[in-house]
Amino acid sequence: MPETEPVAFPQDRTCPYHPPTGYEPLRATRPLSRITLYDGRPAWLVTGHALARELLADQRLSTDRDHPDFPAPTERFSAVRNRKVALLGVDDPQHRTQRRMMVPSFTLRRAAELRPSIQRIVDGRLDAMIAQGPPAELVSAFALPVPSMVICALLGVPYADHEFFEGQSRRLLRGPGVEDVQEARRQLDAYFEELIDHKQKQSEPGDGVLDELVHRQLREGELDRQEVIAFATILLVAGHETTANMISLGTFTLLQHPEQLAELRGDPELLPAAVEELMRMLSIAEGLLRRATEDIEAGGTTIRAGDGVIFATSVINRDEEVYPAPDTLDWHRSARHHVAFGFGIHQCLGQNLARAELEIALHSLFDRLPKLRLAVPADEIPFKPGDTIQGMLELPVTW
Amino acid sequence: MHIDIDKDVCIGAGQCALAAPNVFTQDDDGFSTLLPNREDGGGDPMVREASRACPVGAITVTEG
Repeated sequence: MPETEPVAFPQDRTCPYHPPTGYEPLRATRPLSRITLYDGRPAWLVTGHALARELLADQRLSTDRDHPDFPAPTERFSAVRNRKVALLGVDDPQHRTQRRMMVPSFTLRRAAELRPSIQRIVDGRLDAMIAQGPPAELVSAFALPVPSMVICALLGVPYADHEFFEGQSRRLLRGPGVEDVQEARRQLDAYFEELIDHKQKQSEPGDGVLDELVHRQLREGELDRQEVIAFATILLVAGHETTANMISLGTFTLLQHPEQLAELRGDPELLPAAVEELMRMLSIAEGLLRRATEDIEAGGTTIRAGDGVIFATSVINRDEEVYPAPDTLDWHRSARHHVAFGFGIHQCLGQNLARAELEIALHSLFDRLPKLRLAVPADEIPFKPGDTIQGMLELPVTW
Repeated sequence: MHIDIDKDVCIGAGQCALAAPNVFTQDDDGFSTLLPNREDGGGDPMVREASRACPVGAITVTEG
């Protein structure tokens, strides 16, 4: 591996759907590079597709963020690293137990069963947006409420509380300050405490995932309250923020690629492949974090026990060896094996639901509004900084 | 073709059933299983894609 100056990680994107231009040097050092984190600490950045698949499936890499050697991409992350995070923050065998509890609610079949209700939610938001516009701000009118309503119904969280939990999720993921993240944690804890109390008093349990956790696992002592809260937090936060970003950034990307958009509108059968290609191209969860628990031989070098290892999904998903002309949006390539949902035991639990939501939301949006376009020049539209999930901050549109 | 699913490793991601829906499905617990009469893959070219799509390498495909 050639010796080069370590690249700083994370960096902001210059175009919202391309990796940061500051990551360009990483292409030359694939599949593994040295990086420097915000606190000056060095870490490894995995950038090659084959190596990423190998290492993401390697159980010598831990996701226990409470360990002092665990790499922190931001000061905000460091401030709450001792908080227990369900699923994503635990290793096997504990992870296996947690995942098994959740899997039946997130199968392909379950996602297929939810399609009619997702369609109703999408239609309802489009009706409301069309009645009030044009123009519209697509993030608040469509991209955020759709996944928020879907996950509320699935979990058994009242959508009436959406302004509260959307706001706290935003603080949790984006701060800006350390105290914002800590306060968001406290607020969400208190909210879920109250919601659990409420559910425990119900004689007729609802049919949400949280109702099941409260009336079965909590009652039978399989989980304690803190564990139920940890599940509720990650399912609710991961369940709406990520998909909302994919809808907003996916829409922006399609509007910037009129040829591909026209092709997709002409042939809805391309939709599943288009969603995979958008997932690959946009790679909204940029840095998957791990810590080596043992020495690992990888990419012609040795990752030492205790080293931080970060997976740059946006760079991995543009590995030319797997995806020729990787910067081109192409519905006809096989994008299937992208790592935008991760890989290994922590691969996204909600990916089948996310695919269903993205297919329905993007299809219905452009079907109902064939003249949809940006209401302001593309370069004036703000998008998220590099230290959080990628997506549009706002998306002013007209039709 | 022989398909082996390691249920102790499977995490129920459903990627096999997404890639090769005519061969794989998810059981009531969400874990990968073969559809009836598809135990040999039924000659489906997507079986290998399904194996490659599995995030935990739970599916082994052997010829013969």
